Parts: sequence; C-alpha cells; structure tokens
Amino acid sequence: MTAPRDKFGRPIVVVTGMGIVTSLGGGKTDNWKRLTAGESGIKTVTRFPLDSLKTTMAGAVDFVTVDPFSSTSLSQRLAEIATEEALEQSGIGSKGDFPGPLFLAVAPIETEWPQRLEIAREVPTKDFGIIDYLATCSGGKFAHFHRRFTFGSVALNLAETFGTKGSPISLSTACASGATAIQLGVEAIRRGETDATLCVATDGSVNPEAMVRFSLLSALSTQNDPPQGASKPFSKNRDGFVMAEGAGALVLESYEAAMARGARILGVVAGCGELTDSFHRTRSAPDGKPAIGCVRKTLADAGMEPEQIDHINAHGTSTPENDKMEYLATSAVFGEHTKNIPVSSNKSMVGHTISAAGAVEAIFSLLTLEHQRIPPTINYEVPDPAIPFDVVGNKARDAKVTAVMSNSFGFGGQNASLILTREPA
Amino acid sequence: MAEKEVWITGVGLLSSLGEGLDAHWQALGEKRVNADDKRLAPYVIHPIAPVSFDAQIPKKGDQRQMETWQRIGTYAAGLALDSAGVKGNQEILSRMDMIIAAGGGERDLNVDLAIMNADAQGKLPPALLNEKLMNELRPTLFLAQLSNLLAGNIAIVHGVCGTSRTFMGEEASSIDAARIAVARIGAGQSDIALVGAAHNGDRGDLLMLYSFGDFALKDQYAPVWARRNHPGFAIGSAGAFLVMESREHAEARGAKPYAKLTRVVADLAKRKQPGAVTKSLQTMWPQLGVSNDNAVLITGATGAEPATGEEREFLGQHPGLAVRATGTTFGHTMEAQFPLGLALAALSISRGALYPANDPTGLEVEKTEAPTQIVVLGVGHWQGEGMALVEAVK
Repeated sequence: MTAPRDKFGRPIVVVTGMGIVTSLGGGKTDNWKRLTAGESGIKTVTRFPLDSLKTTMAGAVDFVTVDPFSSTSLSQRLAEIATEEALEQSGIGSKGDFPGPLFLAVAPIETEWPQRLEIAREVPTKDFGIIDYLATCSGGKFAHFHRRFTFGSVALNLAETFGTKGSPISLSTACASGATAIQLGVEAIRRGETDATLCVATDGSVNPEAMVRFSLLSALSTQNDPPQGASKPFSKNRDGFVMAEGAGALVLESYEAAMARGARILGVVAGCGELTDSFHRTRSAPDGKPAIGCVRKTLADAGMEPEQIDHINAHGTSTPENDKMEYLATSAVFGEHTKNIPVSSNKSMVGHTISAAGAVEAIFSLLTLEHQRIPPTINYEVPDPAIPFDVVGNKARDAKVTAVMSNSFGFGGQNASLILTREPA
Repeated sequence: MAEKEVWITGVGLLSSLGEGLDAHWQALGEKRVNADDKRLAPYVIHPIAPVSFDAQIPKKGDQRQMETWQRIGTYAAGLALDSAGVKGNQEILSRMDMIIAAGGGERDLNVDLAIMNADAQGKLPPALLNEKLMNELRPTLFLAQLSNLLAGNIAIVHGVCGTSRTFMGEEASSIDAARIAVARIGAGQSDIALVGAAHNGDRGDLLMLYSFGDFALKDQYAPVWARRNHPGFAIGSAGAFLVMESREHAEARGAKPYAKLTRVVADLAKRKQPGAVTKSLQTMWPQLGVSNDNAVLITGATGAEPATGEEREFLGQHPGLAVRATGTTFGHTMEAQFPLGLALAALSISRGALYPANDPTGLEVEKTEAPTQIVVLGVGHWQGEGMALVEAVK
C-alpha cells in the first residue's frame, strides 16, 4: 500500500468528485465528448441586444436559465449543478451535509442593470439624484436585492444547500480564481484541519456591462464571424479572449480519508503554486518572470522535476500578449523539454470562463489523465512562429499522460498553477 | 507538530480619524468622532480624514489608476509595511503572502444616474444601454472596481509579491482573511503575510445595497450602543492592515511585536433562527482560550439589528469584559472592521493601556490596568461571525 503522505510528510490530496458546466454542456460526459471532438461552445450572444458592441459572441451557458435573470443568480445555479454532480460522484457525506469547508471562486458581485432600472422606474421624482434613488431602494420592497447582491450571497446559499462546515470563503483572484479555490482546499487538508473540502468556481458574467468593460480594455476578440472561430490560442492571428460562462466543482480529500471510505480516486493534486506579478494592472511582465516563478514554485511544491510533466493545460487565453508570455515562461522553466510537452488550451472551445477557468481546466486535466487523451486547441490554422509549442492542434491526441500542469496567468498579476497526477506518488 | 506563534509586527491605519498609530491613539484618548450627517443626508457617514496620498503612493499615475477605496487601502498597507520595517525590503516582500478582504470599487454615479433617469423617462430603449456604457464608462474604471485590484495595486506600488488572495463577502471576508493567514503561518505554510482591507464610506452607490435591507443609519449620529431604538450602521471609511509573521521569522530579522495573534475562529450562524448569533458567539468563545472574564473585547458591532441585539445578549453574559465598539468611533467599515479591531487591539497591547470608553449607555466600562488579552469580535450585519484573541507577547 502506498503511504498516505507525500514526500514532504504532508497528507496527500486526492480528487474524489468532479462536476462541470460549460458552454459545451452540462456534466463531464457531454463536456468530454464535445471537447475531444473539437467542438466550440462559442456563439453569437442572444441574451441581450448587441447594438454598439464590438464583440458580439461569447461562451454563454444558455441551456441553464434563472428567473429573474442576473449574472449572480446564474453563477449560483451553475455552481449548484456542478456541485451536485461532484457530490454524486464522490459519494461523500450525505445530502445537505458535506463534511468540510467551502472555497468558492466567484466574480465580484454588484447590483446589476435590470435590477437598477427596475428600481429607477419606481422613483417618484423626475431627474432624480442618488438620495431620491436611495429612498426608493429602502422600505423593504427591494430587500431581496440585498440578499442577492451581497458579496457573500452565493457562498451563503451554497453553504446552506450543501451543508458545508464553517465559514465559507468567497474569493477572487481574477482569471486564477478557480485555481486559488483548489489551492486553499489543498492547504486546509495539508494542515490537517479537515479531511475534505468542496472547491467550487463559477462564472455567469456574460452581461452587457461586463462585456463593455472588458471590451474597453481591448481584451476581447472582435472576430465575431464565425463566432466559433474567434478563440484561437497560439495562432498568429489571435486578437483577444472570448468571455464565457461555466462552473467546476471538485471534492478534495486526504488520500487517507478517501481510502478509508473506499472512495474512487480520480486523481491527485500533487502541487500548487502562486506568484504575483507587480508589473501592471492588466499586462503580465513581458519577460514572464512572475509566471516562471509560479511554475517553479508549483514544481517545488509537488517535489517534481520539469521532465516529469508530460502535458500542459495552458492558460492560453488567445490574447496577443498573454499567449506569448506563457510560451516564454514555459520555455524558461522547461528548456529543451518544452518541445516534448504537448500543450493545449481548452479556451479555444469553451472560451474564457474567467473566475471558473482554473477549476474547469483542472477538471479537464483530470479527465485527460483518466482517458489518456489530450483535447485539441481548435482554430489552430496559422501557428504563431513566436510560440513554438507542440500545440495539440485541431484534433485530440492520444498520449501517455502521467502529470499535467494546469496554468492560470491572469489579470491584476494573479498567477497560479496546479500539477495533477493520476496516482499518488 | 506544534503550531508556530503568530506575531503582529506591523500595523497600518488610515481612517476618519486620521493616519498612523499616534494620531489614532490620541484621537481615541480624546473620544474624537468624525461623523457627517450632511454630505449624504439623511444618511450618516464617516468620511476619510484629509490625507495626501503621495507619502505612500508616490506616483501620480498610480493614484490616477485607483479609486478612493484602493488609495485608502494601498496607503494603509504602506503604513503597515513601514511599521513592520519591511518597506522596500525586496527579499522579504517578494515572498510575502497577501490576503485582502475586499468589496467592490466605486461606480461612476453620474453615468449610472444618467442612464437610470433616461430609462425612467422612457428614453432608454434596451439597445441604448450598450451605447451609453461603451461611450461613457472610463476604460480604467473597471480596474478601480475589481475586488482583486486592491491587492494588485499593493503589489504594484509596494512590491508585495508572494501570493495574493482576495476574499469577498462583507464582514466575514476579513475574519477569514485573518483566520487563513494565521492558520498558514501557524502550520509553516507561510512565514510572513500582509492582511487587511479598505473601505470608503463616502459613496452614494454603496448605500444602495444597504438601503435595500434598511441597514444604514439615518438622520442622526449616535454611539453604537445608544442606537437600540434607532438602529443602523453609519458607513465608515478606513484602511486597516497588519503584518503577521511567525515568531521565528520576526526574531530572525530583529522585528519587535505589537502583540501575538493567538487564534482566529469563524462561523456561519443559521440566522433564520432567532438567537443564532448569540449561540454562535457562545460556541466560539471557549475556543479562544480567554483565561479570565476581565479581558478586553473590541467589537465591530454595526448597530444594525437584529445582529447587534443578539451580540448585546452575548456580552450581557460576560459582564466583566471591558468592551469597546469601533462602530461608535469609526462607523461601520464593513470588510475593514475586523482588521481595524485587530489593529486597535495590537495597538492597545503595545501601549500597555486600553483607550477610554465612549458610551452613554454604560455598557462600556473603563479599564485602568494594562490589557494582556483582547478579544476582537466581528458580527456581520447579515452573515458571518468571528473572533480573535490578541495577546501580549510573553
């Protein structure tokens, strides 16, 4: 029997349940089938009018509906669906009684436009200012908006529904949020505070203002036609990321606890690492130093050598700068070994699920380990010569995969990486 | 393995009372309160004291990229780093962990009000919302709003670059920030961390959320314990940051502690049941290891009901405690309330005294002897409860 501790004497952290929703569909089976078939979930947005917008497509999850619509309610619903799937697979605890804490990656929450306007229409004065408006907000008629739009609301509701223990943590580290949620879970188990954690990441942010904001930062692709061709990581003609929605949920357990209850082990979170970039608010340091440090810290945390990584699930946003920086950082760490590592970006098909991306991609990495098949990077027609990765272009590739590095290098200097393996080392 | 002792070696404060520890100590001693009932009347707020941000945020370009809440936070973070003696120490800053509790940033209220008025007058077909937002939102406003961009700005301005995590969720977010930082340092997962939050109360847009639930204090300022018949919180303004590190790490670099942060516990009471908050506090109390009931307790009690009433119930069961409510002096600084309490606890222990009571109801009593144990209490206005024990280093 393998020792239940890793080479540093810490409890080994395993995954025993996974659930996922993306623009490709609900559940692991559908997602994996479509992801490995190279299908795209990116479509022209139908949720709201597109007038005046430079970008008109997204990976919106339209097959899940919430009424009344808000991005916050959709985020919560997506998280619930993913969590239900993960708990069912894991078989841990009982219904409404999860035996550990919740770590939730979620986009920052605020009152949204439909609700703002709903209130505005009830303000009795013409040409009102904020004080008149606030008077209409008060009085109890809109008390449900307080419950909906506090920053802690999604975590509160999930904690109540699934009976997680203790104070639930809502976190945002931009595009790295999903990875951070997993990292916090791993750390809690390694500290011996708990045997299990529920790590969830969700994003339902395809709304007009969010699209406008990213658009004003020139971060989004404007190659609207055809929408499924817009996200083209590592291609020379890439021009930005594509916003997308989705959620990923993982049940993490100590190996010891999982074995004791006879749970099926889906994979191991062998290492996690994080390093902040202080270069700029939206741009990564062009020399990739913080990302390099992040990858090195992750390898060190896992106690692994670069040569042991045989696949990289890239951040691969399809923005001109970030993809290039990712290659620089990767090649700086992996050196000659870089060319031996098949690299792929799930974002070519599901888009950038922002707060959820780190968890969604960790799940795809674990499915890659399970099926020994690497999902493709679609729209890879014009390889960027400045990024000589072994990109798994357009068609899935069968490969022997024992350890995957999943990267999240995001906005606001947030870098986080995970190493996922099939079996406890 | 024994848990490592966690020291508070740096404290940074900027608030409605001023900046820095000496200014705060003096103002608390004078029972000074800076409340404003005119600016956003009928709402009572505590605006930030006048400050030149240049001292901690030297580049004007950086200041321009931030909104007030981020400037307050980045400034207070700088003060904390200064006070810990690590400002500019690249070797330490490059591996310093950061856990920030944050809400969201200021919106452009003029743009919002113009859109809402147009809509109310039937002059905003759905398609026009996009056009207005595309044309009128400043591109950089997004960066001033994103929760994790306070941490981003602290990294850029001060070079705190180990890890960077932003927790959200009103009051509970900073209780958890302190809890996780202490757990990580205690377990050897981190050597040194910057923990804190910032809040700007001078914001009409922010009052929206709290007006929905009628939580905001209106018409007239009163000390927190005197709001029983006229409940609510006066939104406050503060940046409160702490440098926490393991005793070994502090001693190795010759850093002096303000105090020791012995324990942080947090809970999520099921508040649909009346009395749940009181019960939660009763459950957490024995976990702290307070050695006698004559300790000091600094609470972030908001003044909003029913939470403050339930907290008062709990305090009534510990009549020996010398209680201080930060809400009376600073208003409710939401995410910053718990680190503010920790900062005042560390300050009081380091000064060997507790500042005077400021409470006409008599719940707060004077304490003459030097405090050795201070409990910091946080009860969210809507959800989340937590406590910490701050002690003198032996």
